[in-house]
Amino acid sequence: MSDLNCNEFVELVTAYLEGDLDPDTEGRFVEHLAACDGCDRYLDQIRMTVQTLGGLPAADSLTDDGRERLLAAFRDRRRG
Amino acid sequence: MGITGEARDCAPALPSEDAIVSGLRAGDEAMFALLLSAWSSGLLRAARAYVSTRESAEDVVQETWLAVIRGINRFEGRSSLRTWVYRIMINTAKSHGVKDKRTVPMTDLTPENAGPTVDPARFRGPGDPYPGHWKEFPPQWPTVETEVESRQMRDRIEEAIGRLPARQRIVITLRDVVSYSADEVCALLEISAANQRVLLHRARAAVRADLESYFTADEGAHR
Repeated sequence: MSDLNCNEFVELVTAYLEGDLDPDTEGRFVEHLAACDGCDRYLDQIRMTVQTLGGLPAADSLTDDGRERLLAAFRDRRRG
Repeated sequence: MGITGEARDCAPALPSEDAIVSGLRAGDEAMFALLLSAWSSGLLRAARAYVSTRESAEDVVQETWLAVIRGINRFEGRSSLRTWVYRIMINTAKSHGVKDKRTVPMTDLTPENAGPTVDPARFRGPGDPYPGHWKEFPPQWPTVETEVESRQMRDRIEEAIGRLPARQRIVITLRDVVSYSADEVCALLEISAANQRVLLHRARAAVRADLESYFTADEGAHR
């Protein structure tokens, strides 16, 4: 039974969050997480990063002109 | 942190895919308008990962929708409609990207995707009683409280995404910003599940590291 080092832990966080770790590795990952405040914080910061990425504004949308042009193109196709 | 995200493509509720496709084929303009509202912002976001300016991204998405209008009768339903639309966008964006000098080869992994994602100097060396463990824990991040602070943090993240290698930028945009599933991203980009995960992993680690330097350089200003 080999323990996980922190430098190995940080390379497994995405696989862990994706649910892609095999049961044995996941067990060692969680065990390390429970014992190591540094890695607990690292994982937490990755989660915060992902959460913030998901909150980036969706404000970007088509310009009104662009939208009108597309709707007009859609109507033209109907006629054509 | 108080920043909540929603899967933005879900904003207006859409009817079933069959209903959308037959509506578009029948010339239902309201249906097309609904689809424009629902998918354009995700498409623009994703297009920005391929081309360098907001304007080019708008052109790419315009061309994509025109191709959808022309091609909807040929859509065979082998993939979901959304995957089909995104594929059109990606092909359009790639040809724009060439003009834009922002080319994106999505083939196999290159050295940019090898090696550790956290600086090895952060960990104890082989001579230490605890090799491979943190020398110092990652510094704690301050709580982002005000709207100004949230906006600054989002701006910083946007910049960090912009600096990522192309394939990492595209994968993190589709997965974490536009909120697509791993399976859908693999299908869209025609990459393996393992490659998708490596690209996502490296991208997230790079953005986290960037936020860390942002918070540590700026700590006084936040408190």
